Amino acid sequence: MAATEIYPDELRYHSEHDWARIEGDEATLGITWFAQDSLGELVHFEPPDAGATIAKDAAYGEVESVKAVSDLITPLSGEVIEINQKVVDAPETVNEDPYGEGWLVRIRLSDPAEAESLLDAASYRQLLEDA
Amino acid sequence: MQTLLRTPLFDRHLALGARMVPFAGWEMPVQYEGVIPEHMAVRTDSGVFDVSHMGELEVEGPRAFELLQSTLSNDLGRVADGGAQYTLLTNESGGIVDDLIVYRLSPFRFLLIVNAANREADFKWLREREIAGSDVRDLSEEYALLAVQGPRSLERLGLPEAMAFTFSEGEIDGIACMINRTGYTGEQGVELMVPAEDAPQLWDRVVERGVTPAGLGARDTLRLEVCYPLHGNDIGPETDAISAGLGWVCALDKEFTGVEELRLVKENGPQQRLAAFVMEERAIPRQGMPIEGGGEVTSGTHSPMLDSGIGMGYVPAGRAAPQSELTIDVRGKPRRARVVKKPIYKREADPSGGD
Repeated sequence: MAATEIYPDELRYHSEHDWARIEGDEATLGITWFAQDSLGELVHFEPPDAGATIAKDAAYGEVESVKAVSDLITPLSGEVIEINQKVVDAPETVNEDPYGEGWLVRIRLSDPAEAESLLDAASYRQLLEDA
Repeated sequence: MQTLLRTPLFDRHLALGARMVPFAGWEMPVQYEGVIPEHMAVRTDSGVFDVSHMGELEVEGPRAFELLQSTLSNDLGRVADGGAQYTLLTNESGGIVDDLIVYRLSPFRFLLIVNAANREADFKWLREREIAGSDVRDLSEEYALLAVQGPRSLERLGLPEAMAFTFSEGEIDGIACMINRTGYTGEQGVELMVPAEDAPQLWDRVVERGVTPAGLGARDTLRLEVCYPLHGNDIGPETDAISAGLGWVCALDKEFTGVEELRLVKENGPQQRLAAFVMEERAIPRQGMPIEGGGEVTSGTHSPMLDSGIGMGYVPAGRAAPQSELTIDVRGKPRRARVVKKPIYKREADPSGGD
């Protein structure tokens, strides 16, 4: 059921293996294929509170596999406007579809210009190759 | 930098795409396909674990029994040739140097299968207490150990049923091995001890028989579901057997190292007890997390069978009874848990009424 390794071109990436899909002044956040593969099957998603303010490069929640806990790093600053309840209820959704059904939160951006500092898909792939 | 040791099956693990991790000085497979599918394979069919990192010590001689009866907690006098026993190596304060299984090969020869991390300490401990007429040897490098566990493990290996905690010489597809009816998963199964050079062939035959390779990740979730303690987490030199719920492997009517201390703990009642608990909220307890009102989590994970966080930890004796409510500090957030009777997971009795 695990998804195949892809890094969609339309997303922006953070070096901590998080992605953002930017749509106007909102963004959807999640973790990359590499992140879910490294962790293994997820069994817990600890989301932020709806309405919480989260700051670029800081932890906004956690995901856990059987063996490991990982902080979620937000690529962009903003206010949490929606949490993916499907992932709260079935965290393995992230492994099955990390860029689709397995998104984690949606935020309203407080500083859309921050997006310029993020990696595009090619740069992120390069980062993985160099690691 | 310390070099990690490798078992004779190292190449097999790499070929299967295992994720290798350092464990007790060894480079071991933590998972192949994934912890959860491997866990489920062992609960529903069968799985094979490379546990060659474990230590094998042999104690031989006319006074081997005497040495072991005075250093191990359980009554070795109850074990016959071909029999095995779960027991503890205890220190003067009643703490647990190691937990192990002792096998009686003959009245004058015993095999101890011990935790990888404690192999050297156990060897040294027994050597220091050696008496004339008993000889302790470390055979760990000569042998590999494969645990084949699960309700279909015997059928897959073509082995007859046998009593738990017995062993015999035998063979699997022509490969001679010692077949031990022991394990660490709560399922029926065997642990196969083979000369190191035969281990890769034995592994291949077992896998060809349809047994799923399983890593240390699943080994940990399986043992925790059935509340088998892990030395270094749940028990250790600072914890005593009575508080850990291991009084049943302590023959307090015989003399062994630390028995006076253990009798006192038993008489006065332990101050704290190792309790098993299930989370009542979505959260995964982890080793070291504080428990409100005293105590801490010694082992914690996500239970694939219960689909819930589970764990064990020492709590004040008054809060250790089943149904007691606990609050675990999960990285700063209070999360509710409930003490349950051990084991946390138990196979439902089959329709014929068996167990």
